[in-house]
Amino acid sequence: MKKLLTTAAALSLIAGAASAEGKLVIYHWFEYMPQDLLEKFSEEHDVEVVMDTYDSNEALLASLKAGAIGTYDVAVPGDYMVQIMGNEGLLDTIADGELANKGNIAPEWADPSFDPGRASSIPYQWGSTSFAVNRDVYEGDINSTDILFNPPEELSGKINMLDSQGEVLAMAALHMDIPQCSSDRDQLRALNDMLQSAKAHWASFNSDTAKEVLVSGDAAAGQIYDGFAAKARAEGANVEYAFPTQGYIVWMDNVVLLKDAPNRENALLFMDFLLEPENIAAVTNYARYNAGVTGVAGFLDPSLAEQPESNPPAEAGAGVFIEVCDQATQEVYDQIWTNLKK
Amino acid sequence: MAGGAATGGSVQSETYREARTWLLLPAWVTLGILTLAPLTIMLVYSFLTKEFRGGVIWEFSLAAYDQFFFDRGLFGDEPPRIEWTYIGIFWRSIWQAGAATVLSLLIGFPTAYFIAMRPQKERALWVFLVTIPYWVNLLIRTVSMKFLLRDEGPLNEGLMAIGLISEPLGIVNTNLAVQLGLFYSYLPFMVLPIYAAVERYNLALSEAAADLYAPRWTILRRIVLPSVRPGIVAGCILVFVPSLGSFLAPDLLGGAKTFMIGSLIEEQFKGNAGNWPFGAAASMILLTMVLILLILSARPSRKGVR
Repeated sequence: MKKLLTTAAALSLIAGAASAEGKLVIYHWFEYMPQDLLEKFSEEHDVEVVMDTYDSNEALLASLKAGAIGTYDVAVPGDYMVQIMGNEGLLDTIADGELANKGNIAPEWADPSFDPGRASSIPYQWGSTSFAVNRDVYEGDINSTDILFNPPEELSGKINMLDSQGEVLAMAALHMDIPQCSSDRDQLRALNDMLQSAKAHWASFNSDTAKEVLVSGDAAAGQIYDGFAAKARAEGANVEYAFPTQGYIVWMDNVVLLKDAPNRENALLFMDFLLEPENIAAVTNYARYNAGVTGVAGFLDPSLAEQPESNPPAEAGAGVFIEVCDQATQEVYDQIWTNLKK
Repeated sequence: MAGGAATGGSVQSETYREARTWLLLPAWVTLGILTLAPLTIMLVYSFLTKEFRGGVIWEFSLAAYDQFFFDRGLFGDEPPRIEWTYIGIFWRSIWQAGAATVLSLLIGFPTAYFIAMRPQKERALWVFLVTIPYWVNLLIRTVSMKFLLRDEGPLNEGLMAIGLISEPLGIVNTNLAVQLGLFYSYLPFMVLPIYAAVERYNLALSEAAADLYAPRWTILRRIVLPSVRPGIVAGCILVFVPSLGSFLAPDLLGGAKTFMIGSLIEEQFKGNAGNWPFGAAASMILLTMVLILLILSARPSRKGVR
């Protein structure tokens, strides 16, 4: 048996070495990229694809700054993290004409504030972060941030929050109608106090299992990404995704070209590959978010267009990106977060 | 060291005296590269200036330790007071790990004693059975534990079915859940050293004590426990120390609502704060605490060996 395994391993190594012209090393979120799409790219371009995963934008940044820069070709940071990584000098610039399919980027995503002119990134998927409520437990109006921060009795003590400072504090800012990077001391004190009293209603902080706790019924309401809420519904949970009148968070993940990419050519090939409507639509069908590329409509699962998680009602508040604060302001927010979890 | 001498190790080592340096080299290299170097980096980092969003600036600073011990208010400009936040987090972690250790000892000691009292041939099987759950990854075991303890899980449904309770106990996302999780994660580390000690214990001593009319409780307290004490101490350390720095059980079973030492340190490196010197300083303080604990527990056991 052992000999057989060794032989098999040796054979697969030879096969890998013989067939792949080059390599591509991707650093990506977990449970996001369909495996068959990677295989398709691998076959089309004769490239061996290796993928590592991370579970938060901050974990990606920490890993790259701790020395992983130079080992990966592309990563998939969220909007505000593209800006931070750009400021930190972790991104390479894509010269004009290097991406054949750059024109496929949807006009509204072609010049975003976090990466003007798409100098280093292309759109991957975008969606929203809000919360979902179990309709078996609570039947009233859910389109208010009160559900999280000042919940009705039925939901108190059964709420899961994302274990992510940016998303919790941005949602709290919307709830209180204050800027995300406020330096007004009264506002910051009020924010700190509001979170302390809201915490009494929360059961847990969990990002990785945000969907599972809703499906299992451990939580009756939970802060969640739109695609995860759609998946929870597909898995049988009677949950409804809310679009609060106070507003909700919009995010966009982007494929970026990392500085010192060891396989820069293949990274650009991969970015062009993901700008093909058919390919990026495959990601959308899998992850249940939205693509930022024109011409995807024909390749999308028809149920996506109608899914309630992608269709905010008319009275919904505005969708806002998470903002990047300066150091002095950020330190106060870090302190508020520590206070919340102490 | 003392154990080696007692089992005749010193005689053997004479045989290889010529080659001793070379034989020890792999151990020294491993220790140097895998233990000393990372520790030194952490120690140095804890005295550096933090770089915004992760990283360090190579300038000496005591800011990390200052942040740990002094509270300067939300905006950092009030006169310093004693900071209780982090001391509180450390205290909670010690308490959780301590509770898990006591729980492990209460279950682990009788288990180990039971196994050691089986006939020689059966013992290996029992030890084998104790280790079976540990072939599975810790994350999977912790998640399974959560499934057991959930409000709709088998524990609550079973208790409700037999009418012991009328509504779920609500164990998940409490300190109790964390303690149970830690206890379950590290139980074999308690059972195995105690088993090794009890197995060596000479039962004739118990019989002699019984012949002299010592009651059972006295035999256990005055004869058995002192004899197997090194095993108990080793078991307690092996459960307590990893529990102290654990973050899986607190995150998954405790709901991550309150920091434990492990999650506080993780947040400094992987979270939004990105404060590496502070994370390094908290690790150093934790290391110092564990070191003091080990020194205290090592002293009496050395006396025992003589």
